[in-house]
Amino acid sequence: MEDRVLMAHGSGGKLSHELVTRCFVGKLNNEWLARMDDSAVLDTEGHLAFTTDSYVVTPIFFPGGDIGKLAVCGTVNDLSMSGAVPLYLSLAFIIEEGLEISELERVVDSIQRTAQEAGVSIVTGDTKVVQHGKADRLFVNTAGIGRIPQGVNASGSNVKQGDAIILSGTVGDHGMTIMAQREGLRFSGDLSSDCAPLNGLVSEMLKVCPDIHCMRDPTRGGVATTLNEIAVQSKVGITIEDAAVPVRPPVSAMCELLGLDPLYIANEGKLLTFIPANAADELLDTMRRHKYGKDAVIIGQVTAEHAARVTLRTRLGTSRILAMLSGDILPRIC
Amino acid sequence: MQPVSDFRNSELALRLVEKIRRRSKGPARLMEFCGSHTAAILKYGIRQLLPPGVEMLSGPGCPVCVTDQADIDRAITLAKVPCVILCTFGDMLKVPGTYSSLQQTRAEGCDVRMVYSTLDALDIARKNPAKPVVFLGVGFETTAPTIAASIAQAKSQQISNYSVFSLAKLCPPVMKALLDGGEIKIDGIICPGHVSTIIGSKPYEFIPREYGVACVVAGFEPVDILMATDHLLAQIESGRPRVEIAYGRTVSPEGNMRAQELLAEVFEPQPARWRGMGDVAASGYKIKEKYREFDAECLFEIHPGQAKEPAGCCCGDVLRGVIRPTACPLFGRACTPERPVGPCMVSGEGTCASYYIFGEADGR
Repeated sequence: MEDRVLMAHGSGGKLSHELVTRCFVGKLNNEWLARMDDSAVLDTEGHLAFTTDSYVVTPIFFPGGDIGKLAVCGTVNDLSMSGAVPLYLSLAFIIEEGLEISELERVVDSIQRTAQEAGVSIVTGDTKVVQHGKADRLFVNTAGIGRIPQGVNASGSNVKQGDAIILSGTVGDHGMTIMAQREGLRFSGDLSSDCAPLNGLVSEMLKVCPDIHCMRDPTRGGVATTLNEIAVQSKVGITIEDAAVPVRPPVSAMCELLGLDPLYIANEGKLLTFIPANAADELLDTMRRHKYGKDAVIIGQVTAEHAARVTLRTRLGTSRILAMLSGDILPRIC
Repeated sequence: MQPVSDFRNSELALRLVEKIRRRSKGPARLMEFCGSHTAAILKYGIRQLLPPGVEMLSGPGCPVCVTDQADIDRAITLAKVPCVILCTFGDMLKVPGTYSSLQQTRAEGCDVRMVYSTLDALDIARKNPAKPVVFLGVGFETTAPTIAASIAQAKSQQISNYSVFSLAKLCPPVMKALLDGGEIKIDGIICPGHVSTIIGSKPYEFIPREYGVACVVAGFEPVDILMATDHLLAQIESGRPRVEIAYGRTVSPEGNMRAQELLAEVFEPQPARWRGMGDVAASGYKIKEKYREFDAECLFEIHPGQAKEPAGCCCGDVLRGVIRPTACPLFGRACTPERPVGPCMVSGEGTCASYYIFGEADGR
């Protein structure tokens, strides 16, 4: 087989077939792909959640993950945030001519590992190859279907006054890792993306607290932007404590250097959840027992004042608005 | 040197607040000259901690904001010269000129590139020997030495396609202009920290001497700013204004001599036009005659036509400390960081952007 992806690999002919068989069906091996039909036929029941996302991160490999892991986690997490149990994913590649096949294989291996961890199956897919210069190495799209368990109703418009807000761990790890890679910063050794599938954590959370009002993964725009979206959606005020938000030292050091605020930096393995205050302690214990929630903390609460606004209590005890991310120049991080 | 976390220590900061409260006897009006100070003051909510009589005004210390409308138009005109690659710091991209912005000019097909340092621009010149590469030299004394260094390097390495459109400016002359203007009464100035790293604290000595206004050079963390405020109030209460340094970890009275020598080698002061303040004598860094082959103003005909500031924009008044951003009718309505009308809403150091992003919860 060739070393690099050629235009012919996307032509639908023999080379396409070889690529699909070797790289995708072989590695992602399951009953739906093995059938090689035009579409996957699935058995489901009850309420379904359905989502899609495209991934254009550069570089495609980075400490803590790669575009493939990101593509599985992103969609799995979007499903999980609505309380769904992720079941099936689609997987589509847009490949720039010339990408090394070995790199494509590394990405697919990573997809397979992540899908296995998350317990989802990649049941359908597509591959397109575009001319050199028409894409940046590799773009990935995934869509996903999940089943919503009975009684679960988590939504951004469901947040209530008095709710406690829990953050599942440190912020800014993914965004700063990618930025350090792109800017070629040499002191970036300790940075690693937090990219992770959160459905396992969510399932534990729902067991102890089926009445979760809202879950959201603070990806692009970070915690600050996500909180603002929810404040608007639910028409409530949100107050958080700056000192409560955990940030790893290399992340805060690099934010310092580049003049960025970790609250606006992207995460790919963290969630924010809004729950009745009396359920907070038990949920926090449960989250901290899970590997993706071990640093979980209560960062604030939902208030009656300042509807549709987020307020930050600074370390000096003063308060100010925590605005939505506004129009910054940010690199492609997901 | 102490770690930066010490200067963010809330216990230390609150102890200083207590000290300031005990010290404050009457009203005092302080101006933080520098936009980075404004951002830090709002980010940490420092104004909320001060006694009611102590007022803090934002000054004109944001290089992007004080760039005159006509100069922005000239930069845009330069970007439109065929083959020219215009290199600029990111903030300048979005500043609206009379008819367009550099960002818009780039979208129309002109080669405008964002760089992080003058050395990046020099590198672009090396890699594109057939094209004129112009660096848009916006900045204060902090940035000016790096601009000077790029010109000196271009000369020694014979990078003949590199030039600078110098809009770099000096701070002490505009402080003088502000005090001479007499529009606002100031009792003390928090002097810029980074600028003073280069020029030292001596250039501010005329301020207490001639105007009786207290001066303290400050760093950018809460403890730095509160320490400077405390020093300023002590000077004001005692009636003995002078220049003090509360940022000793990087600033000395003499400043960075090497940087100053480099500035003197490449630049000479000339009058410059500041937004909101008009022409200010000896406040601009002009490229000296012996480096004229690197001076974009000598190399290109730049005639953009009559400049006009956007209707209703109060950036000039904000920069002079005459009004707070929230008093501008466009603030937060027609003018936001996404769609800025004036430059003070563009830059991270812009007073309006700081007020918008770090607004106080009760809307003060």
